[in-house]
Amino acid sequence: MNRRAVEPYPGDPPVTEALVAEHGLNQEEYRRIREILGREPTFSELGIFSALWSEHCSYKHSKEVLRQFPTSGPRVILGPGENAGVLRIGQGWAVAFKIESHNHPSAVEPYQGAATGVGGILRDVFAMGARPVALLNSLRFGPLGEARNRYLLAGVVRGIGDYGNCVGVPTVGGEVDFGASYTANPLVNAMCVGLLREESLMRAVATGEGNLLVVLGSRTGRDGIHGAAFASETLGEASEARRPQVQVGDPFTEKLLLEACLELIGSGAVVAIQDMGAAGLTSSSAEMAARGGMGVELDTSLVPTREPGMTPYEILLSESQERMLLVVQPDALPRVREIAAKWELEATPIGKLTSDGWYRVRHGERLVVEIPARRLIEDCPIYQPEARESEETRRRRSLTPPQSAVDPQAALLRLLDVPGIASKRWVYEQYDSTVRAATVIGPGADAAVVRVPDTEIGLALCTDGNSRYVLLDPYEGGKAAVAEAARNVACVGATPIGITNCLNFGSPERPEIFFQFREACRGIADACRALEIPVTGGNVSFYNESPAGAVDPTPVIGMVGLLENVELAVRSWFANPDDAIILLGDCRGHLGGSAFWAHILETVGGCPPSVDLTAERSLILLLVELSRRKLLTSAHDLSDGGLGVALAECCIGSPYQERGMGARVDLTHLQGALDASALLYAEEPGRVILSAPAANQEAILKLAAERGVAARVIGTVGSEDGLLEVRLKDGDFVLPVSRLRDIYFAAIPRRMGVGVMAEGVP
Amino acid sequence: MIRVAVIRFPGSNCDEDTLRAFKLAGADAYFVWHRERSLHGADIVVLPGGFAFGDYLRAGAIARFSPVMDAVCRHAREGGPVLGICNGFQVLCEANLLPGALARNAGLTFVSRPVRVRVEATDTPFTRLCPPGAIFTLPVAHGEGRYVAPPERIEELESEGRVVLRYVEGTNPNGSANDIAGITNRERNVVGIMPHPERAVDPLLGSAEGFTMFTSAVQSTALTSGGAP
Repeated sequence: MNRRAVEPYPGDPPVTEALVAEHGLNQEEYRRIREILGREPTFSELGIFSALWSEHCSYKHSKEVLRQFPTSGPRVILGPGENAGVLRIGQGWAVAFKIESHNHPSAVEPYQGAATGVGGILRDVFAMGARPVALLNSLRFGPLGEARNRYLLAGVVRGIGDYGNCVGVPTVGGEVDFGASYTANPLVNAMCVGLLREESLMRAVATGEGNLLVVLGSRTGRDGIHGAAFASETLGEASEARRPQVQVGDPFTEKLLLEACLELIGSGAVVAIQDMGAAGLTSSSAEMAARGGMGVELDTSLVPTREPGMTPYEILLSESQERMLLVVQPDALPRVREIAAKWELEATPIGKLTSDGWYRVRHGERLVVEIPARRLIEDCPIYQPEARESEETRRRRSLTPPQSAVDPQAALLRLLDVPGIASKRWVYEQYDSTVRAATVIGPGADAAVVRVPDTEIGLALCTDGNSRYVLLDPYEGGKAAVAEAARNVACVGATPIGITNCLNFGSPERPEIFFQFREACRGIADACRALEIPVTGGNVSFYNESPAGAVDPTPVIGMVGLLENVELAVRSWFANPDDAIILLGDCRGHLGGSAFWAHILETVGGCPPSVDLTAERSLILLLVELSRRKLLTSAHDLSDGGLGVALAECCIGSPYQERGMGARVDLTHLQGALDASALLYAEEPGRVILSAPAANQEAILKLAAERGVAARVIGTVGSEDGLLEVRLKDGDFVLPVSRLRDIYFAAIPRRMGVGVMAEGVP
Repeated sequence: MIRVAVIRFPGSNCDEDTLRAFKLAGADAYFVWHRERSLHGADIVVLPGGFAFGDYLRAGAIARFSPVMDAVCRHAREGGPVLGICNGFQVLCEANLLPGALARNAGLTFVSRPVRVRVEATDTPFTRLCPPGAIFTLPVAHGEGRYVAPPERIEELESEGRVVLRYVEGTNPNGSANDIAGITNRERNVVGIMPHPERAVDPLLGSAEGFTMFTSAVQSTALTSGGAP
């Protein structure tokens, strides 16, 4: 190679202090860059450092905290650090899965922001050689009373649906919640789950001097330039101007890319693959090379572009969607091109791997970037920011709501109308949840269940997070998120085997936010260790802030559970008249942090309940055993709204059965000294409502006693379309289930202004 | 064995589900890539669901120009059974093998849910074994499934008994004229339906009521061609 000095590309702006600041780099970081290079960076180099040293790519504020997650276990094939984590599930099959945020883009362009979030997470999974078989999501919006929030919800849901539906991957589950802190900064987290044969795992580790770097898929355009840096700043007045930085999705090309990648991996023609996601060509090439200890030499003039005149800076940092970077042995290139052509895609060599340790970029003859490759990735500064709990949080924890007489029956009807609690049918009917013909339990249940093709194995999947708990007590909130997700998959009969997490917080540079982050992660880590569930990857999303403040801290857990026999999957709803209703777990009347306080007494405060991880573990083992022994008709986790809402949901059932089921429940024995509202609406974790044939009752109680799980028969399932009858010490109530169903299913459509048309056209 | 060609466009995504359903029904089912010109001796041709070419323009508008469509049209003209499911129905309309068109859902959103449909015509290869008037629960999943045609065409379909599947009153998910969920041509060999019977072939998945459509196709074709199913 003829040595030449690095020179700026004609027309690139001079690197000034202001430009450095605009790239989100502080003075110390800039000093370090100059030290690494031994000179001033070029504009392209500045862009590269800015992208790879952004929070989104470098995890510079979170790395130390994330280290505490348990990441190993007998099922772990691949832990955090690559496109997605991979777990062994038996019979030669493995599951690859990951969750990722697309919050900022969705805040300014909900449709494309959400759509491309789905696209990115799909690519992360098929880059591993896995066929995506399920999508889930976790969404947060401001209250639906505001028009902009309705616009955001509608746009995000349509974006998620249009993308996943077209690619042909079922969206089988998820969660949606609402809160004032999300008004300017909604959260859009997408999770993808894929299946692969263990032997066909593809890594994102570039090896082999002289191997080619090949761009596969869409042409590179000017969309999404510097999206990683955008994701790493606070949303503000100027964010609207970022709209052109939001990428545009093309799910049809994604489908072609998916099929092409799986065929390429199957053919053995590729050495490594990485999605050109955040920070596009820059991060995919630099990260794959760093994992293999290789250098890189790229020529940006070879990259197929959508328009002429794109500069190296733009090509390096574009986040145009539906692109993959492949590492290919030179003699395999014809085969790669042949497979790409079958799927009507371009495969273009743009550079090669070197062994001299440099990350070099040319544009034609001109050398525009020359950085020591290892230092580019490894020398990013790591911060251990100050963490301090805010006064406001302490104050909130000590709050108690004003005493007021609340009619427990009226409270139930109001809770069922809270959009975060009510049915999400309006949302999930816009997602194809049955394509691939493997959805055993679809959206709306505790966890979704999909069958592994041609086996009896099932995967139970859910996403969970309760930001109110985390806001009030981040450590307990982190624990609770893991425990609830684990309980949800256990309710359908599955053993929790791994999680991915999406950690949505405000700016880590503020001590009170970093405290939330650090403590929530400590809670997640403790829960994962106690329940023996490894964390196989995830995503940190900081800077979820607007001038109105930070979002409520929202760690979201994406859980994968394993069902050895999918036919034993347990439904969430009552189904058979005269079945016994059994409550697992204790009732202590702990209302702190509850939905009842928040929505009925308008007090977001108090101490959220503490999770007893030993008890959760026993409960999970019990639920799996009950399912294995085929003793249950249904199992449903108690969460927001406690026993009252959970009972109502068991009666309400699926929107696709014409009628719900009644129930006669006597709670007087449980009640002790508690008042009705405390009994019905407290949210102690570790509780589940079961229904089972009366003949199985004794066996269930016996197994529960053996596991040390409190279990009580509290009533019997009534008739179809019957009544929910609740006996309490201080007043009974009786409600027609049809009325509960009307409220529960109408809560969101009514607010979204949907009339008869979408519900069933006359 | 009855040979079933499942046509694969680049954006087909119900292709594997459909293939599996036909195999389950005892057929020798195989894929035919959209650029091929031969159906490789197919007895039955199926256009599966999906988004053939992304469908950004209009569902099925580009797929009808695929090389394989010449062979599909020839097979249909010669009286061979052709089934279009969802996107496949849209392609059959675009290719003029079936009348009318499928427009954007009346509610303007994609709709994915189980619906109840009544079998209205049992004189097609795909419904021959269905009890007349049988009601099936089948999933729908589409954004453009509202069947539209000029009034005289609708009248013709009705009077000639060519509505194959009809949404049970009150469950029409998309605003289709006359609650139409599926139709056939005058010769009764070409059928297009919006619901997905291939997703309802196993009680574990919520319904096995779609399976009869696949067994009907295989058995009635075996009878007319004189071969074993």
